[in-house]
Amino acid sequence: MLSRLVLRAAPAALRSLQRPVTVGVLHATRPLHTSKQHLAPLPPLPEKGGEVRYGLIPEEYFQFLYPKTGVTGPYVLGTGLILYFLSKEIYVVNHETIAAICILSVIIYGIKKFGPEVAAFADKLNEEKIAKAQAVKTESIEGLEAAIEQEKKEQWRVEGRSYLFDAKRNNIAMLLETNYRERLLTVYNEVKKRLDYQVALQNLKRQKEQEHMIQWVEKSVVQSITPQQQKESISKCILDLKMLSKSAQATA
Amino acid sequence: MAQPPVLLKDMKLLDVKLGQLPSWLAMRDFTPGGILGAIRRGYNRYYTKYIDVRKGGLGGISMVLAGYVVISYIWSYSHLKHERRRKYH
Repeated sequence: MLSRLVLRAAPAALRSLQRPVTVGVLHATRPLHTSKQHLAPLPPLPEKGGEVRYGLIPEEYFQFLYPKTGVTGPYVLGTGLILYFLSKEIYVVNHETIAAICILSVIIYGIKKFGPEVAAFADKLNEEKIAKAQAVKTESIEGLEAAIEQEKKEQWRVEGRSYLFDAKRNNIAMLLETNYRERLLTVYNEVKKRLDYQVALQNLKRQKEQEHMIQWVEKSVVQSITPQQQKESISKCILDLKMLSKSAQATA
Repeated sequence: MAQPPVLLKDMKLLDVKLGQLPSWLAMRDFTPGGILGAIRRGYNRYYTKYIDVRKGGLGGISMVLAGYVVISYIWSYSHLKHERRRKYH
């Protein structure tokens, strides 16, 4: 709590300094990442603990004395110490000693008889715990792998996107082409209609001119035939007819 | 043997020579924080070595109980002195 007070007082005190120094110093009031990096993932638990002989004395004691005294050294030292304590009565033998002997013998008998079963039971509990955690881990890994597969499939689908766009582009091009051709046809038809109209107009005009000229020529010819010419032509025709009838009579 | 010379206060107890023992003891951290740190370190060492394993054995707790028995005997020795069988040893 005091450190929090100090930290809160630090910015107010540091603000009196100039700006760039404040920034640099403020970050250094709390050192970060000073310890060496922790291992990740955690190393697994060791299988067995440190060796202990007779349940009481660690193995290091025996290894410590082995180079100088061999195998029996620690036992001799232990025996000597016990005899020393007994003889000097640093360890007093009284009623509690007998109680201790009885209790210890019962305890040792119980351990020797039921030890392995209890150990197996505890191991089974531990195994179940570890199996549950492992199952969670494998499940999550499988889920993630399935997600990876899905992702890869999606990536493969993305590759096919270009084909889709090509097909769509082709469709659009075809639509455009069709539209263009339709319009071209319409233009052609319209132009043809106008040109036909012009042609029909000219034909009509020429036809009318011809008719009119013919009528005018006929009218003028009819008008030019005077009555005198009419009489002459009629008499000539009659003469010709008589001549023809005579020649016909002659041949028949 | 190409080790840089280690400072006296950083050496472990088993590496300290006998003559250097008083100076080594004097250099240790005897502040409350230091003592607490030393207790925590000792506890962690014992814990990781004998208890925090897959197949813990009997030795882990039996050593603690034996130590408790010994310490309680030492504390009550002044009472037990009167139950000695012989006066002079």
